[in-house]
Amino acid sequence: MTDKQFKRPDGRKVDEIREMKAKVGVVPNADGSAMFSFGKTVAIAAVYGPKKMHPQHQQDPEKGTLRCTYNMLSFSVTERIRPGSNRRSTEISKITGWALEPVIMIENYPNMVVDVYINILQANASTRCAGINAAAMALAHAGIPMKDMVSSVSIGKLDKQLVVDVNKDEEDWEIGEGATDIPITFTNSGKLTHIQLDGKITTKELKEAIELARKSCKEIYEVQKKALKDVGGVE
Amino acid sequence: MTDRKIIIPGEVIAKGNEYLPGEGTEKQGDEIVAMRYGLAEESNKLVKVIPLSGVYQPRRRNVVIGKVENITFNGWIIDIGTTNNAFLSLTEVPRYVNKDELEEVMNIGDMVIAKIWGINKRGIDLSIKSKGLGKISEGIIIKINPNKVPRTIGKEGSMINLIKEESGCDIIVGQNGLIWIKGDKVENELFAKKAILFVTEKSFVSGLTEEVKKWFEEVKGK
Repeated sequence: MTDKQFKRPDGRKVDEIREMKAKVGVVPNADGSAMFSFGKTVAIAAVYGPKKMHPQHQQDPEKGTLRCTYNMLSFSVTERIRPGSNRRSTEISKITGWALEPVIMIENYPNMVVDVYINILQANASTRCAGINAAAMALAHAGIPMKDMVSSVSIGKLDKQLVVDVNKDEEDWEIGEGATDIPITFTNSGKLTHIQLDGKITTKELKEAIELARKSCKEIYEVQKKALKDVGGVE
Repeated sequence: MTDRKIIIPGEVIAKGNEYLPGEGTEKQGDEIVAMRYGLAEESNKLVKVIPLSGVYQPRRRNVVIGKVENITFNGWIIDIGTTNNAFLSLTEVPRYVNKDELEEVMNIGDMVIAKIWGINKRGIDLSIKSKGLGKISEGIIIKINPNKVPRTIGKEGSMINLIKEESGCDIIVGQNGLIWIKGDKVENELFAKKAILFVTEKSFVSGLTEEVKKWFEEVKGK
């Protein structure tokens, strides 16, 4: 299936991720923060808490709550988008929370909330993946107990070809069967925490896509790990 | 002292059944796995993670510095920078206080040095029934990152004693990151503050006490 002759618009190999950049401690006022970028997609995540849940009626006396907010800044895309939440950002906020929840251990923080704010500074597809990657690093940086790290990548199906980390040009692919975008999140130990799919794909291709994502997430994990270890620098 | 290095969640710190999991770690099979981000430290086969960042986690017997937020009919609500506000009960004050005269002992906005004597689901209970605790009436208070408090105190108080000696000030470090400095001259207090901020900036350097000694010599030489 991997067609060596396949040409991606930006000349990448089919399993090549765009250049990744990661940094922690970018928001001085937050309890933990991180920046993560895939090429031109840049996400910043800030974590506050654990703190007391407000409004009080949302408090969960059994365990702590993780509250994610995904937001695309109005200047992040070519045509200005209306600031504030919309249908899409509400969905992604929810999804991000679900992708992160299996690894964070906030059972011992009853009535409390961990707030994660994800802002997309610049969008070039795969923003939710960049957001999840940044959020995972920010949560670790905030000292939230976690079982593992998570890394997220989007797998695209362009016509019949699977590619890793789609960009905007590929997302709008119209040749053949068109584009299918599959964001996938893995823990470092190889467990899947999130997968989304809307589009057409066969079972066999989906399995291939998951294996491809597993491999790519390892690469992303190394970038996240390096960024977290570099902080402050033990000079 | 063993080599300390930064560890991220899910990373294996040590392998082998002889190791014991300490704070911030968990045993999975024969591996000790980190459950939070911080510095890994091993002593006597006990492996633990020292937090580098994040909010202050209150513990029993911690000495903290807080601000009086509110007065209730039988005590004071104190803000010590944690998620739950702390409560200082009337009975934990070392002298008799009339219930109508609570604000005469401590009013809203006053700073107080207290000790945590209990943590439960409802909140944190404080006490000032010990030497050196109570309302602060003079001196200055500075705030540092709570994760840098252990560094500021040093091993068995080596760092803080050095700063006390050099500046001639009385210093109490609250575990929640607030530090009270009291000297006979404002210059001395500001000097101590400068020294503490120097320590927090350099908190990654090993052999910091020596470094600070050198810094003192430099500053005094001027």
